[in-house]
Amino acid sequence: MSSVAMERQPAVTRGKARYSYFPLYRLRQLSWSVVRTILVMGICFVILYPLIVKFSVSIMDEMDLYDMTVRYVPKHFTLKNYETVWEYMRYPEAFMNSLKLSLLTSITQLISCTLIGYGFARFNFPLKNLLFGLVIAILVVPPQTIMIPLFLRFRFFDVFGIISALRGETLNLLSTYWPFVFMSATGMGLKNGLYIYIMRQHFRGAPKDLEEAAYIDGAGPFKTFYRIMLPGAIPMMVTVFLFSFVWQWTDTFYSSLFLQKLWVLPTALSSLVPNVSKSYSAEQLGMMVYLSPAYASMLNNTGSILVVIPLAVIYIFAQRYFVESIERSGLTGM
Amino acid sequence: MKVKPKRRLTLEGKKAITGYIFISPFLIGLAVFFVYPLVQSIIFSFNDLEVTTTGYKLNYVGLGNYRRAFLVDPNFRRVVVEAVTQMITDVPLIVIFSFFAATLLNQEFKGRALARAIFFLPVILTSGVIIAIENSDMLISMARSSFEEEATTGAVASVVQALELRRLLMQSRMDPRFIGYITGAIDNIYEVITASGVQILVFLAGLQTISPSLYEAAIVEGATGWEKFWKITFPMISPLILVNVVYSIIDSFTRPTNQVMQMIMDAAFKESSYGYSSAIAWVYFVTVMLILGVAVGIISKRVFYQE
Repeated sequence: MSSVAMERQPAVTRGKARYSYFPLYRLRQLSWSVVRTILVMGICFVILYPLIVKFSVSIMDEMDLYDMTVRYVPKHFTLKNYETVWEYMRYPEAFMNSLKLSLLTSITQLISCTLIGYGFARFNFPLKNLLFGLVIAILVVPPQTIMIPLFLRFRFFDVFGIISALRGETLNLLSTYWPFVFMSATGMGLKNGLYIYIMRQHFRGAPKDLEEAAYIDGAGPFKTFYRIMLPGAIPMMVTVFLFSFVWQWTDTFYSSLFLQKLWVLPTALSSLVPNVSKSYSAEQLGMMVYLSPAYASMLNNTGSILVVIPLAVIYIFAQRYFVESIERSGLTGM
Repeated sequence: MKVKPKRRLTLEGKKAITGYIFISPFLIGLAVFFVYPLVQSIIFSFNDLEVTTTGYKLNYVGLGNYRRAFLVDPNFRRVVVEAVTQMITDVPLIVIFSFFAATLLNQEFKGRALARAIFFLPVILTSGVIIAIENSDMLISMARSSFEEEATTGAVASVVQALELRRLLMQSRMDPRFIGYITGAIDNIYEVITASGVQILVFLAGLQTISPSLYEAAIVEGATGWEKFWKITFPMISPLILVNVVYSIIDSFTRPTNQVMQMIMDAAFKESSYGYSSAIAWVYFVTVMLILGVAVGIISKRVFYQE
């Protein structure tokens, strides 16, 4: 990373080096680097702080929350919260369903968006600019606007009346993975306009020579795409995969719209507190038990940690790709 | 695509067909999952929709749903106005902060890779359900406000404390509205930082593509850092300011914590009044488009393009 950046900005560094024997200039450099360090550390702290609080709360006992002398480090260390949350979120089940859903959608989206992006980047066809404008338009229209027609479409699913002719009734695809597969495969899933845009920018910036050479050697457009263009696009594809996996993993909108009966992590987390209080009420022979806000928040924090951990692991491995590929893609040049 | 066997296609024609094949998934999706639902939802918004066991049926009510949104519903107008004000206050802060952060991260210093990884962490960790939970969470918001107090009551940083700052600014005879904005910004710092991950990436990518020869020339001419920033960096990056303003506006209108989004969902799934839900979704969508249009109109006049 740093080597690339240095190559790109030799002028600035050389310019600085020229002046570096002036003590005043030195001093200014030094004081700026002190200020910069403080700023960067401060911002990092603001970002990490809620995570730290979440984690420290999640290993506390409830009484620690009311204890004024306890800050961050729990007096009564316990994993009880994790046990409760694990049980009420039905974590293994939710995790497996979420994993299946996220993998399925992100791989489908990756394939479709790469193809579509390549089509927009390298071929000229009538109405191209209009169609690409529509790619941006699908980003701008809030999904809530088309939510109900989509919901009804998958509730009463039919292809030109064929299914109802065969089965006598329409299919109900709600609470299955199919709505996600259909929407991802056609580039209409969550934030897919953005992924198409990213892939198109990447392919536009890739050198044309390789492709031309492949065409001259007799490869067709699909073989050229598959054998020549795809290998170069891998860092970008990792980025798109990461985006789509993560956003699908935490998405509440589509999962609450299409998956009301399938148990996935976002649903599990948002219904965690109601479920716990319901089950406590059942233990009290139907007397309504309200969880104290502090305890509810404790459960929520523990649940958030459990949802976020898999993402954090992926991020640690993929963040190099993630940052670098966006920087180098020329994402920003229209 | 049917081609007559006798007439041979030109190379361009062939390429056009291949292009259509590549984007064909998108064309299908556009028709089936976008244009068609969009038209349907306009129709729904003028109707009352009843779900039956075999499908649904529509009862035409004309402008009834829209009338209900504007004249009957006590919350709708207030919530939309709140969402818009929230957007107007947050977007400039997000854009300025992300530009600033990108400039910081573009410099050489030790631990830059780590700093970058942390700056982009919000993209991953504060999305969807996490941010929704966080927003309704008591402990986190308490901790955050106590942290903000703590950070500002420390001996070193006491000048930055919002109250102190407010008095200071008041004494300097500034416009009170402006003062309120600045101090509000400090109180909102966490929301602003977590909302600007993608924008930082975009700016950072843009900063890396500015040709070093421009800076070289400027140094030879004896330009100061300040001049280099305003005469080179800022104009070169201005198209991305437009991109980021658009992204931030859309992001602020569609995030799950947005009250209007919640209202639309509730109207559909708690009250089962699908027609009304479509109507408020459309009112909201038109509002978003108007604001987006105004913002783009204002900014794009001032954007500098190299070509």
